[in-house]
Amino acid sequence: MSLASTITHPPEPEIHASHDVHEHPFYQKHHFETAEQQREAASFGMWLFLLTEIMFFGGLFFAYLLYRNWYYDAFVSASNSINMVMGLVNTIVLIGSSFTMAMAVWSAEVRNKKLLQIFLLATVVLGFAFLGIKSGEYYDKFAEHHVPGASFDIHDFVHPQPGTDEKALSVDMANKTQIFFSLYFAMTGVHALHMIIGIAILIGLLWYSRSGIYTEGYVQPIENFGLYWHFVDIVWIFLFPLLYLINRH
Amino acid sequence: MSTIVSLPDQTTAALPKRTYINNEHGILSWLLTADHKRIAMLYLVSITFFFFVGGFFAGMVRLELLTPAGDLMAADTYNKMFTMHGIVMIFLFLVPSVPATLGNFLIPIMIGAKDLAFPKINLLSWYLYMIGGIFVLTTLVLGGVDTGWTFTTPLSTHYLNTHVVTTATAIFIAGFSSIFTGLNFIVTIHRMRAPGMTWFRLPLFVWSNYAASVLMVLGTPVLAIAIVLVALERTIGIGVFDPTKGGDPLLFQHLFWFYSHPAVYIMILPGFGVISEVISTFSRKRVFGYTAVAFSSVAIAVFGFFVWAHHMFIMGVSNYSALVFSLLTMLVAVPSAIKIFNWSFTMQKGSITFETPMLYAFGFIGLFTIGGLTGVFLGALGMDVMLTETYFVVAHFHFVMVGGMLMAFLAGIHFWWPKLTGRMYPESVSKLAAIITFVGFILTFFPQFVVGYLGMPRRYHAYPPEFQVLNVLSTAGATVLGVGYMLPLLYLAWSLKYGAIAGNNPWQATGLEWQIQSPPLTENFLETPIVDHEAYDYEWLERKTERELQYVG
Repeated sequence: MSLASTITHPPEPEIHASHDVHEHPFYQKHHFETAEQQREAASFGMWLFLLTEIMFFGGLFFAYLLYRNWYYDAFVSASNSINMVMGLVNTIVLIGSSFTMAMAVWSAEVRNKKLLQIFLLATVVLGFAFLGIKSGEYYDKFAEHHVPGASFDIHDFVHPQPGTDEKALSVDMANKTQIFFSLYFAMTGVHALHMIIGIAILIGLLWYSRSGIYTEGYVQPIENFGLYWHFVDIVWIFLFPLLYLINRH
Repeated sequence: MSTIVSLPDQTTAALPKRTYINNEHGILSWLLTADHKRIAMLYLVSITFFFFVGGFFAGMVRLELLTPAGDLMAADTYNKMFTMHGIVMIFLFLVPSVPATLGNFLIPIMIGAKDLAFPKINLLSWYLYMIGGIFVLTTLVLGGVDTGWTFTTPLSTHYLNTHVVTTATAIFIAGFSSIFTGLNFIVTIHRMRAPGMTWFRLPLFVWSNYAASVLMVLGTPVLAIAIVLVALERTIGIGVFDPTKGGDPLLFQHLFWFYSHPAVYIMILPGFGVISEVISTFSRKRVFGYTAVAFSSVAIAVFGFFVWAHHMFIMGVSNYSALVFSLLTMLVAVPSAIKIFNWSFTMQKGSITFETPMLYAFGFIGLFTIGGLTGVFLGALGMDVMLTETYFVVAHFHFVMVGGMLMAFLAGIHFWWPKLTGRMYPESVSKLAAIITFVGFILTFFPQFVVGYLGMPRRYHAYPPEFQVLNVLSTAGATVLGVGYMLPLLYLAWSLKYGAIAGNNPWQATGLEWQIQSPPLTENFLETPIVDHEAYDYEWLERKTERELQYVG
């Protein structure tokens, strides 16, 4: 038995011996067998992360579903009070940024560094445009006292502007518009936070793209970030009709 | 049939020259490491620290309950004590306990990989855990929080003046640590298995951690958003859970328990994995009904998502949904029972030896069975309405969490200690500690079943004098239990320097982790192993050992 415990000791290994034997792409991490395995793992990991994001937003969408059924009239009035045109412009901006992001992935695949940088930059610019328009909308809500909390005012919903075909709500139902705005700010706020994080990562990618690593075969970071960016876009595609278009005519 | 295995003679074993521990030196080589084994050790040290922090609060709670009058601390202080106990123990100890330490260390080795799929994210998750922990300690220094670990609204959003937001931040951040751990495990198990390591050759420890990871990935984000909404409601006054603005506090309960019920399976499933390994190794037999045990983990993960409202039977959910949730709760008992029966059959006709991990595993089976069966009592609608919010519930979940999970954690720590450190723990004193823990546990929590059944509510700092005898028993038991937990801390630390050198496979176990040196090399395997045997194949191990002897001879 004593022999068994001595012979199973491994011989002194050469450091990074395996690296000299096979040619690996420069971006392959040492703990992966092949670059293909690394690519699959990274992509699978990103999809799983997006799944957690769905669950994260899912809580908010569930709350929306519940209260929209309970306080439909309040939701309609409150939804009509937010600026649909700005929302529509933002939807177009965001879909545009998804297009430039998709083009950035394509540029990395065809190994065109110049194009990659242009499209990444365009995505950053469109991201900032979205946030700018969004903050304009937020400002309007502050000015109208439609932000939930101490200064919230239901006057606009109990006494709608004469000349519009808005229905006047009872005080009780008008109070429930605060739920709509709570969800509006929570949902668009969390979405905007994802945009800000996304833009920060984009700027990082833009910085590292100068060295050309992404255009020499290491497409994975661009591709995975693209998945994230499209996900954030899709969340907005759901938010826009749910928040802006409940009952427009 | 079991295989008779003689354990190797350890007197001739020597520590390997190069290991993951001495590969690099200095504090930075630990803090910036991407090695899953080192990160596991970082986790082990940190969760041990928080375990004793949480244990201190438990001690204070038991001390207050020694006498019927609230004479040691004011009601508010008592509320803070049990809240901090719950938060520290659940979020900073139980959730990361087995997965982040043993899982982190062993899963890549068990499947024949060099590391987890995302080593840097693994390190990030330790840092997130520590930041969460620091926020909890900050809360403590600032004066604590007294919502209970459940953050019940509107109590937490409107009526308390304690540090809810810092605690919420802590849990939000620590939650991401657990999401990243789960994500890393799932990707690793899917994509990094060695050639020949099929799904049904995986050790059951990997299966159960996989199931727990699915729960972490799908459940934790829902808790995160619920906590964000509580914090927003407290700070800027949005109204999602606020009845005065039309919100419904019950929605918070749904979101909270949608995570927090699966969370108990996050806590217990990795423990099941440890017990499968330990029982098989010390019975020298393949786990009876391997496939059933593997799928029962997955079944628990799936059913676990559809039972959350059994925490809410008295909160005004509709009778019909309460009925459905009650029935679904009974369903979870089935896969849990499958595991218990299969472990029992594994031991049948095995050549059982009684090393410390096995003693803890015996403790686990007994205590978890009691904990699980009282869970069925509580899942029954009528019974739950009687017993909820009493000490019966407290006793039930401590039987599962402490009697189950903590026993499993200690079983695992002792079982893999030779692999983690290269040295054996002292056998006789650790057997004593296992027995002390078991006795102390029964003495602490069994009286709580009785006192709860008699009607003592939980979360009060004073109680009627007729409950004193049972509470004194419980506090006495907690003291014994405290000794039982201090002992491993002391002798395991001692063994780091003075323990006998373990050798590669001191238990003659079959997992891939036992076929490499202890402690392992940084890269785990010199070359990727090719797996040609089923899990728990003791005859394969015997043949392999013979071959090696002949080869040398």
